[in-house]
Amino acid sequence: MRGSLYNAIFAAGITLVLACLMLGVRLGAEGTTLTVYGAGADRWEWILAGVGLVFLSQLFSTQLGRLSSRIPRPDLGALKPQDATWKVIKPWLLAALVVGLLVWPFMVSRGAVDLATLTLIYIMLGLGLNIVVGLAGLLDLGYVAFYAVGAYTYALLSEYFGFSFWACLPIAALLAAAFGFILGFPVLRLRGDYLAIVTLGFGEMIRILLNNWTSITGGPNGISGIEKPTLFGLEFSRRASEGTQTFHEFFGIDYSSGQKVIFLYLIAVLLVIVVIYLINRLMRMPIGRAWEALREDEIACRSLGLNRTVIKLSAFTLGASTAGFAGCFFAARQGFISPESFIFIESAIILAIVVLGGMGSQIGVILAAIVMTVLPELAREFSDYRMLMFGLLMVVMMRWRPEGLVPMKRPHLELK
Amino acid sequence: MSQLLLDVNELTMRFGGLLAVNKVNLSVKHRQIVSIIGPNGAGKTTVFNCLSGFYIPTDGSIMFNGQQLAGLKDFQISRKGLVRTFQHVRLFSKMTVIENMLVAQHRHLNTNLFAGMLKTPSYRRLEKEAMDRAIYWLEEVNLLQHANRAAGNLAYGQQRKLEIARCMSTQPQLLLLDEPAAGLNPNETKELDQLIVRLRDEHEISILLIEHDMGLVMGISDHIYVIAQGTPLADGKPDEVKQNPDVIKAYLGES
Amino acid sequence: MTEASLYLLQQIINGLTIGSTYALIAIGYTMVYGIIGMINFAHGEIYMIGSYVSFIVITGLLAMGSFALPLVLFIALLVAMLIASTYGWTVERVAYRPLRGSNRLIALISAIGMSIFLQNYVALSQGSRDVALAPLISGSVLELGSLETFEVTLSWMQLLIWVVTLVTMTALTLFISRSRMGRACRACAEDLGMTNLLGIDTNRIISLTFVIGAALAAIAGLLLGLYYGVINPFIGFMAGLKAFTAAVLGGIGSIPGAMLGGLILGVTEALTAAYFPSEYKDVVAFGLLVTILLFRPTGILGKPEVEKV
Repeated sequence: MRGSLYNAIFAAGITLVLACLMLGVRLGAEGTTLTVYGAGADRWEWILAGVGLVFLSQLFSTQLGRLSSRIPRPDLGALKPQDATWKVIKPWLLAALVVGLLVWPFMVSRGAVDLATLTLIYIMLGLGLNIVVGLAGLLDLGYVAFYAVGAYTYALLSEYFGFSFWACLPIAALLAAAFGFILGFPVLRLRGDYLAIVTLGFGEMIRILLNNWTSITGGPNGISGIEKPTLFGLEFSRRASEGTQTFHEFFGIDYSSGQKVIFLYLIAVLLVIVVIYLINRLMRMPIGRAWEALREDEIACRSLGLNRTVIKLSAFTLGASTAGFAGCFFAARQGFISPESFIFIESAIILAIVVLGGMGSQIGVILAAIVMTVLPELAREFSDYRMLMFGLLMVVMMRWRPEGLVPMKRPHLELK
Repeated sequence: MSQLLLDVNELTMRFGGLLAVNKVNLSVKHRQIVSIIGPNGAGKTTVFNCLSGFYIPTDGSIMFNGQQLAGLKDFQISRKGLVRTFQHVRLFSKMTVIENMLVAQHRHLNTNLFAGMLKTPSYRRLEKEAMDRAIYWLEEVNLLQHANRAAGNLAYGQQRKLEIARCMSTQPQLLLLDEPAAGLNPNETKELDQLIVRLRDEHEISILLIEHDMGLVMGISDHIYVIAQGTPLADGKPDEVKQNPDVIKAYLGES
Repeated sequence: MTEASLYLLQQIINGLTIGSTYALIAIGYTMVYGIIGMINFAHGEIYMIGSYVSFIVITGLLAMGSFALPLVLFIALLVAMLIASTYGWTVERVAYRPLRGSNRLIALISAIGMSIFLQNYVALSQGSRDVALAPLISGSVLELGSLETFEVTLSWMQLLIWVVTLVTMTALTLFISRSRMGRACRACAEDLGMTNLLGIDTNRIISLTFVIGAALAAIAGLLLGLYYGVINPFIGFMAGLKAFTAAVLGGIGSIPGAMLGGLILGVTEALTAAYFPSEYKDVVAFGLLVTILLFRPTGILGKPEVEKV
């Protein structure tokens, strides 16, 4: 008890030192000169409450530890029914899900569909980063750079050469993959942390280049008026541009701006399904096994003739291409892109999605992407605190549940 | 059968000021079991690390099938047919036994991404061949009934055997075993003994062995090298080595 | 001297000034990496916090008046070092220590989370806009040459940065090579597990490296804050990236390497900014990082790592 009292006093003291100047005093400008303001009494009350909380939690840390170990950890994996029943209901469940996804947008508001499309983009990004972080165990902190490459690929090709969205999708994915390859090649031979910091830097450099290469990218003003995707050449606008036809004219229905929103949503659903299918195949292929093996024991892999650079590079490149894919769609949906959309915070959000969902788990990542995009919309008044919470979430998750909400279970190959 | 499979000349490895391996010569013929023995810290495992490419030797040559190995990367060496096990078992413990076997055959599979996505005939055929090879070797080491268990859940002796089976599935010509009998009980050691001999006689591969179990070494080796403090001390047939006064001195200390 | 060479000389002076502050931050990366083999991702934020604390103290003391400027700066330096060290210590306790021994990826993510948290914590508590401090130290010490178009000078501020950096580096070198704690630090860098077995409290040593690194970052925070006159909660990101580049350039794990790397990077950057559009100076730092990793991952003074099989 004396030990923990000493600890508690010490921790409370530290908290006070941490808070006194950074929270208790505020810098502000008065005219042109800098002044300091003492924080109001209410803020000091918060600080003291925080100090008290730290004191108490340290004082009773053993009891709290015992208590928290008694909190049941929800095992979401256990919700899955038995293998035999699962086999029977799985196709039905999937069919119901797909039908639901297709019908749902016609019954809700435009805003909800738009939000769903945004969520689908984050799902795509989360799934892509999940290949890199979750499956291959490589930390990529500049993931948004590949997203930017994809978005600018479409925006520029469409603006200067009149390429269509559908032609640009594979090009964007390939180009992002090429960037991933060039960046990953020198770095993946080295230890993991180097990759983290190099990708962090790369994300920043891409943004600086986009901002300053004004003649081509439009600099901070970005590129606007990017063409929307078409359905086999049918446009989703009120009036057709020269030589084309609009969707509503072709089918002889009334024009509504909602059609475009729903069309974009449906493309996003399609893209997500494609990505999920591809990743599912990857996990069952030799390369998927090699990723897991490399994560478990790199030295054993090398002794068995696996080229670790190639294997890691494949994960890194595939992840990058998924981001390119998502970026291309993002540019098409927004119709306007600027470097502001590709800042580090975006990379952090995508990483938070992967971490929260459970590294490697696809269902987990999808759920986390939904939570991470819908929750901030519902709690707009807390939007200032969003990034603070994400940062905290990463620390807390790594400490108490590093495997995420839905831990990954790779489909294990079994001998029949 | 007199041509040398492995011919190591004046292999030297220096870590800063420490001379860990000093001008070691080794040769292994086809279908031969060769052992390296020596007191702890003699540099045996360092020799293995040099041979398998984990260290780049400071000096000396390693000829394998007439090709120079010194300077090649670890994975390139194992692709040439020289594969090793480790002193401490290194399995992919969360993966199943059969998956361990398949990872080892990675380079024999069709790793083209598009082939895998589309399940092309060549992809399926190679996948099946790898599966057959895995089953064959699991049967050889008597682990087939455990194929679907996680490798980490096997008993220690079984893990040792799985590691050897995993190496064998890569179709090597020379197998490097680093203390395969460490931690095994007498029964398991006997089984291992038979397995190693069978690998030489039936599967026609050569084995280079580091081992402390003298019973095992003396019983199965065709040739033995003794090193102490990184320097070659003696070599010869088991009986010759046993009687060599230098060897006795090295093991028992100066008297 | 010709105009071109004078211009070059001025750029080198500026580069050495910035470079010595990079070196101060880089030491934090290099010491932590040397001992626990991990990048302290939150280190850039510690530097930023150091800047804020020193601005707060300077403004506060000046508002009270009746203090001489050197005294104000000295007090600000001490307070900034104290508070930044406390933050550094806390980062280690919260984000690193509980995860020691688990997968590296997990610790990395936790550290990144800590960095994001600190950045937004300062943005919320101090506002996310630029904070500007009127120049306190002006004038130049000596003029090295002048032409009609401009003159080459070494300003008092630059001299201050050089002197403070030099004193700090000397003190650190003496501490590491002479003191008991310094010896323990070096032992930990050689072999953490073994040092632990020998009865040295390695947890304390690890904490100590975080604290020293944070204190040095705070010094850099004060100096760079005064030099540029403007800070915001997001300066830690780029400064951290650059200091890390400096640490890798010099050879991560090596303290003299961090100093050398910082100076080289500072000069390279100043020269780039002088002859190319200045936005690209950040790109150059990054290009330098990738180039070193490609051709000499151990850096200029680093030792090659021997892998334990």
